[in-house]
Amino acid sequence: MPTGTKAAESYIEKPKTLAALRDGIANGRLKAADLANEYYQRIEKLNPRLNVYLSLTKDRALAQAERIDAMAAKGDPLPVLAGVPVGIKDVLVMQGAPSTAGSKILQGYRPPYDATAVARLEAAGALLLGKLNCDEFAMGSSNENSAYGPVRNPVDPERVPGGSSGGSAAAVAANLAVGTLGSDTGGSIRQPASFCGVVGVLPTYGRVSRYGLIAFASSLDRVGPFAANVRDAATLLGVIAGHDPKDATSSLAPVEDYAAESDKPPAGLRVGVPAEYFAEGLDPEVRAPIEKGIAALERAGCAIKPVSLPHTKYAVPTYYLVATAEASANLARFDGVRYGYRSPRSATLSDMYSHSRNEGFGPEVKRRILLGTYALSAGYYDAYYLKAQQVRRLLAEEFLRAFAQVDAIVTPTSPVPAFKLGEKTGDPLAMYLADIYTVTASLAGICGVAVPCGATKAGLPVGMQILAAHLRESTAFRLARAMEAADLILR
Amino acid sequence: MTAKVTVEDVNRVAELAHLELAPGETERMMRDLNAILDYVAELNKIDTAGVAPLAQVSELAHAAVVPLRPDRVEPSLDRATVMAHAPETDGAFFKVPKVIER
Repeated sequence: MPTGTKAAESYIEKPKTLAALRDGIANGRLKAADLANEYYQRIEKLNPRLNVYLSLTKDRALAQAERIDAMAAKGDPLPVLAGVPVGIKDVLVMQGAPSTAGSKILQGYRPPYDATAVARLEAAGALLLGKLNCDEFAMGSSNENSAYGPVRNPVDPERVPGGSSGGSAAAVAANLAVGTLGSDTGGSIRQPASFCGVVGVLPTYGRVSRYGLIAFASSLDRVGPFAANVRDAATLLGVIAGHDPKDATSSLAPVEDYAAESDKPPAGLRVGVPAEYFAEGLDPEVRAPIEKGIAALERAGCAIKPVSLPHTKYAVPTYYLVATAEASANLARFDGVRYGYRSPRSATLSDMYSHSRNEGFGPEVKRRILLGTYALSAGYYDAYYLKAQQVRRLLAEEFLRAFAQVDAIVTPTSPVPAFKLGEKTGDPLAMYLADIYTVTASLAGICGVAVPCGATKAGLPVGMQILAAHLRESTAFRLARAMEAADLILR
Repeated sequence: MTAKVTVEDVNRVAELAHLELAPGETERMMRDLNAILDYVAELNKIDTAGVAPLAQVSELAHAAVVPLRPDRVEPSLDRATVMAHAPETDGAFFKVPKVIER
């Protein structure tokens, strides 16, 4: 972005690439232990302002760094993420480390196992730095619903980083990690990636194991990576993707070499542009860079085609019924019996449930549990939940029809750039509408990549969402690489 | 599907969900739920007669349907590890306040 329009206070810093880190460690110029310490120093300096990390796992990161440095010293072959400092959204569990899901109800909980995606990162050599702030139970679009205070956007700390994986996006933007994991139920990876100017990946439903992900809405929840560049995001996905017997919805499809696939030029790909995503409500300052981005894809040899997704306007209401219904069931487990918070002022079992949940859950979580319980309750089930599931099928089939004509669909990731803290907190419906371009892919189970695409006049990042059919992550990455090359020119 | 949520509805749903709402919170939730439900009433405009509900996307997402794993007893977390996280336990069981109210 032009230097003259940068916010007065900005913490943007580009991390080194995975390739540079690995080469440095392999030839002895870099030590994993030094890297870990440098990152912890930067976190110590910036975290009081940005509130990105909720807890640090120094012992585990430093022990891993020691192992990596010993391997490098011996000249052993290094795993793909050797010495790469990563952060984990606090909805993914790590053995012995606090896992709060941004909620008071899990304060002090230290789970006895690792999430599959977390274990795979570490097995590939990554240094697990700590746990990243997020909206409570991943419910939110601004990170303002965290019980531990909002994350601030490193581009401009008076603005939100997006949500719910706000900490995961901000950590990469401010170089407080080289890569991070987030979760995306209705846009929670893609929208913060867009607000913070980094790359975020929504893998196909079932591509990455949900084992160890604290559940919000199980038919929608996905785990995915953030990175500062597309190739590194593709590498991270390759590490965490793949079948896991511990997740019954985990796909058996073989994992492609996404990084290598992303190297292929996009020429010849058919790219659909749906008019429904460029209608009323789209900020002209977002529209302009996205249109330039589409023109850049055309110059790179893609065939740009109009596509029609007429049910798009029904996606937000469908999403909020399906997601809250599933959430009301998933969050029933937080009852003060087995782990987590128990209210001390409980004379009976029934009191204990309701006191613990009342004192442990924040207002947005309660609102969604109430909405979901209402939509599932006797007399309303058919009108709300069943209806939403029927519309969900129409939305999904509409995408399948579009993907018979095009290889990918490009849209803005969010109708607006990062908004100010407090701007939307009084109006839950306005906050839900921030997800208008992202919930569609969530409902359909398809994959996508959110990639930076220019900026507003004030220098706020704009993001392009590149959607592809089920298990076609490679196509999305190829286009994202082309967009990344164009982004440098758009700024 | 344009039912108006009343204070009684909010209280009933809160009871079903084992949530207690603070004074004032009930009114706020009633307002928010009505605003959200008014908005989702948009869905009434779509004819969904004969459309099968889509509860999960695996049928669309995977070329091959994921087979369920065999239902076998396998080692899990041991009791001591699990009980270490319980708010109250006697080592073998979770302890809770009395269930039967007089």
